[in-house]
Amino acid sequence: MLQTYLSQVWTIFSKDLRAELRTKEALNASLAFSVVILLLLSFAFEASEQSTSISGGLLWLAYSFAGALALNRSFARELQNDCLDALIASPAPSSALFLGKALANYALLLVVELIALGVFIIFYDAHLSGNFLPLFGVMLLATWAMVVIGTLFSALTVNLHMRELMLPVLVYPLLIPALMAAMLLTSTLLSGEAITGDNWIWVRVLVAFDIVFTALGVVFIDTVLVG
Amino acid sequence: MRDYFLYGFAAIAAMLLTWNLHHIFIDLPPVIQNVGAYKIVYMHVSIILASFIGFFVSLAASSIYLATGNLKYDAFAAGVTEVAVVYATAGLALGSLWGRFAWGIWWTWDARLTSMLICWLMYLGYLMLRQAIPEPTERARLCAVLSIFGGVGVTFVYKSIEWYRTQHPAPVLSFRQGAGGMGPGLETPIYWNLLALLFLGTAMIMVRMRQEQVSREIDALRRIAHSHAA
Repeated sequence: MLQTYLSQVWTIFSKDLRAELRTKEALNASLAFSVVILLLLSFAFEASEQSTSISGGLLWLAYSFAGALALNRSFARELQNDCLDALIASPAPSSALFLGKALANYALLLVVELIALGVFIIFYDAHLSGNFLPLFGVMLLATWAMVVIGTLFSALTVNLHMRELMLPVLVYPLLIPALMAAMLLTSTLLSGEAITGDNWIWVRVLVAFDIVFTALGVVFIDTVLVG
Repeated sequence: MRDYFLYGFAAIAAMLLTWNLHHIFIDLPPVIQNVGAYKIVYMHVSIILASFIGFFVSLAASSIYLATGNLKYDAFAAGVTEVAVVYATAGLALGSLWGRFAWGIWWTWDARLTSMLICWLMYLGYLMLRQAIPEPTERARLCAVLSIFGGVGVTFVYKSIEWYRTQHPAPVLSFRQGAGGMGPGLETPIYWNLLALLFLGTAMIMVRMRQEQVSREIDALRRIAHSHAA
């Protein structure tokens, strides 16, 4: 039973990634966009010693803009040739469709974020100083938060005329706790310090956020897609 | 019958508000702790409380809609949220005015202010989503889901911003510190105002629900007319 479910999730996941790797629509767009954002931010903030304290904020702003771009496409690309109806009619339950798509977006966004991180380090003269693994952990947790809410709202807004406008308006306010935690932790890590004492509360916020919204997404995706 | 309730509630609200205003402006001392504008607080606190109650009720109504599929609850949720957003807007504006007099600034990124602003933005998104979906059952369904996500999100926002801001050495400007030292007798107009606002809100929600009902009836009639024409 579980095996069937997992293979359905895997099928959706690999289908989405394959389609993405062949067209590279969302990948190229969100990569280019995040680099442009990082470039623009460099005019707003001088790269200096002080900028490490806001570096987490800069980085996550770029990530969340890139994320909204990629997540917009997630369900919208299924509209052509009524693919979405076919997916809903397929034996896979909506939650498998949701998780498969969320995981595909997750992989895609993590790749974009890693490349953008490299660009960021070059542009802003940031030093990871052995903090790469904790930083990657923060990226794993916060990106999942972004992806799980983004994928659900991508499904929710898929039939709207103004979907590209509505998605960020609905998603960003909800994401604020996760983004805030990620910004704080990233700034700490980029200034060369380790996550200690008080900062663990933000790791816990991220974990709780992920669990709660993954559960909500799995429960409500059927209501969103089918009714 | 429903009309009598509507006018009754509106009348009660009008009388309570008038009586409260009289009490606040005539009976209470003109200045407390050098802040003459402290009287704004009576309206500000009660209107924010009323909007919170509204958001909570709308979350409940949305859940009931998802459980039952009865569009009446969706209309109710829509009405409550609209009134609550109006209240929240007024509350933010009044708070900003009060802050200008008491703190000397229009806005500060304090935990309460920030979380209220985010809450307001979330429900503004809810109203935008309602506008964007023409089909009634789809609109009801998707908005109910958004309302539930928003309700959970607001809890996260509230708690995490509290942690975020209190970790920094910046002063935490709480209402009780700011307006502080309110005697027990001075606080009661807040609750009377809250009661008045709840009556006013109920009356407005009833008007709004009737509008929703009429617009559904017109929609149904239009559909019948189309099917006869074809």
